[in-house]
Amino acid sequence: MGASRFKLPSPDGFLGRSARGILSSRKATIAALVCVLLLLAATFGPLLAQQNPYDLSAINLFDARLPPMSPNSNGGIYLLGTDAQGRDMLSAMIYGLRTSLMVGLFAGLVALALGTALGLVAGYYGGWIDALMMRLVDLMLGFPAILVALMLLALLGQGVSKVILALVLVQWAQFARAVRGSALAERNKEYIEAAGSLGLSDVRIIFGHLLPNCLPPIIVIGTLQVASAIAAEATLSFLGIGLPVTEPSLGLLIANGYQSLLSGEYWMSVYPGLLLLITVFSINLVGDRLREVLNPRLAER
Amino acid sequence: MPTLSVRNLQTHFFGSAGISKAVDGVSFDVERGEILGLVGESGSGKSITGFSIIGLVDPPGRIVGGDILFQDSSIVGLPQNTMRALRGRKIAMIFQDPMMTLNPVLSIETQMVETVRAHEKVSKAEARRRAVETLGLVGIPAPEERLAAYPHQFSGGMRQRVAIAIALLHRPDLIIADEPTTALDVTIQSQILSQVQSLSRQMGMSLIWISHDLGVVAGLADKIAVMYAGRIVESGPTDEVLDRPVHPYTIGLMRSVPANLRRGEPLQPIPGMSPSPLNRPVGCPFRLRCFAATEICASEPPESRSDAHSWRCFHPQPPASQP
Repeated sequence: MGASRFKLPSPDGFLGRSARGILSSRKATIAALVCVLLLLAATFGPLLAQQNPYDLSAINLFDARLPPMSPNSNGGIYLLGTDAQGRDMLSAMIYGLRTSLMVGLFAGLVALALGTALGLVAGYYGGWIDALMMRLVDLMLGFPAILVALMLLALLGQGVSKVILALVLVQWAQFARAVRGSALAERNKEYIEAAGSLGLSDVRIIFGHLLPNCLPPIIVIGTLQVASAIAAEATLSFLGIGLPVTEPSLGLLIANGYQSLLSGEYWMSVYPGLLLLITVFSINLVGDRLREVLNPRLAER
Repeated sequence: MPTLSVRNLQTHFFGSAGISKAVDGVSFDVERGEILGLVGESGSGKSITGFSIIGLVDPPGRIVGGDILFQDSSIVGLPQNTMRALRGRKIAMIFQDPMMTLNPVLSIETQMVETVRAHEKVSKAEARRRAVETLGLVGIPAPEERLAAYPHQFSGGMRQRVAIAIALLHRPDLIIADEPTTALDVTIQSQILSQVQSLSRQMGMSLIWISHDLGVVAGLADKIAVMYAGRIVESGPTDEVLDRPVHPYTIGLMRSVPANLRRGEPLQPIPGMSPSPLNRPVGCPFRLRCFAATEICASEPPESRSDAHSWRCFHPQPPASQP
């Protein structure tokens, strides 16, 4: 046991614990793998897809409504069939996944940053700042999220940035409440008082000392909220009020195919639906596992 | 000029159950390089006195009266920024539990470099050099290597040394130590005590050592102030107070310490409990537990003194009745 051992990063750090926690559960490992695969597929989507489903010149209207495994006029096959406009479903889904993940991740991260900052400030200062912010949070959480988003989008109109804005507005409160809770618990610990006795500024104490100690719940909620942002965006798009037709997401694909579902052309709606399900489900599985490992009360089992 | 002069300090807490007079008229001086032992049982107000000096009394607590002069200027009611510049640089604090006072998720290096740079515009490398030097000063072996470690990789004693090193980073003029060795083994405790003592001598640093343990203070402090129910009931040079205690409370404290008695003789704990700070008895707050109390104790005892030794009691005990 040499002195060099102490140069290792903290073995109890939450990143190490998260990674080990995920790897120690087969369910979570598979879910995490799926998440990585989906992320890769979305990132390199244009290279993987056999056609650009939104390039009108690449679409052949004569290929419309073909069932899965139909031969392509160019010699390939439509693995998952085609939609009413003759688009390759698989390609459309990859592009849809891209949009869905992008919107979900971006909205989730912005909501996380905003909610975390407000939650930390509320928890650290307490008093009227806390009371004011938490009543605002109660107000936000009192309305069903989808209803708030619907109202906002009805006011603002469609567009990627508007959907993200709506999602952030309905999600920041979740983060703020959770982070405020753990900030409140950490705030009364002696190391915060000690940091104050060293003359550190409030900003330093909040973001340098309080934040790192509140990270585990933030990571867990962040993961789960990204999943719920993706689902919420799909819901909005399915209702026709989310993303515009020019930026189709999985929700929009489901909505388009839904019209043909009753005539037996199930593939147009069911496959994007399955992909959405798998995406949200895997992210949730990872998030649940993180919650188990990072929450000290659950971790003892 | 004393480094610190506390004049009739009153810190009260305004809770829903009433006003709690945690510190109710405390006065003392600490000279440059002097060590003051502030002794008392839990709830006597000794910690709140310390927090009042460094300006960290949390609401609903507030300094309602008296003054604190640090190097001849009042530090009561200073604006936050001025006080912050003083904290950590001129006045530092060491806390009771070393497990709790270091941020568990930041490396020692991060915490030390940050503290240096909070008050001085120096490069990271220079701040790091200072950190290593100070860790060496408090007796941490291989400080260069330990710098990258996290608090949980240290033992309790080492952790308290790190906390002391952080307090020493700016060579403050005054350190307030709030029972810093209570959570440690006796052997570690005595090592740290002697180290702190020699450091304060070397650097001309004043030290207020808050403790409930007369034994610790006896070996460390130049003078002692015994607190009871928010007041100093007896104070003076350590030897004087411990050899010739006159206040019945001080005598009671000394009789409660096993080391002061012959083997086999029963301890004589002070009967009863300290009064609730919400509802203190009129007159001497100790009279309900005191073996010497008479009717006169229902009125406020005046401060009496002989040389540097002072007490607040109507019935100062003659040397014969002492342990």
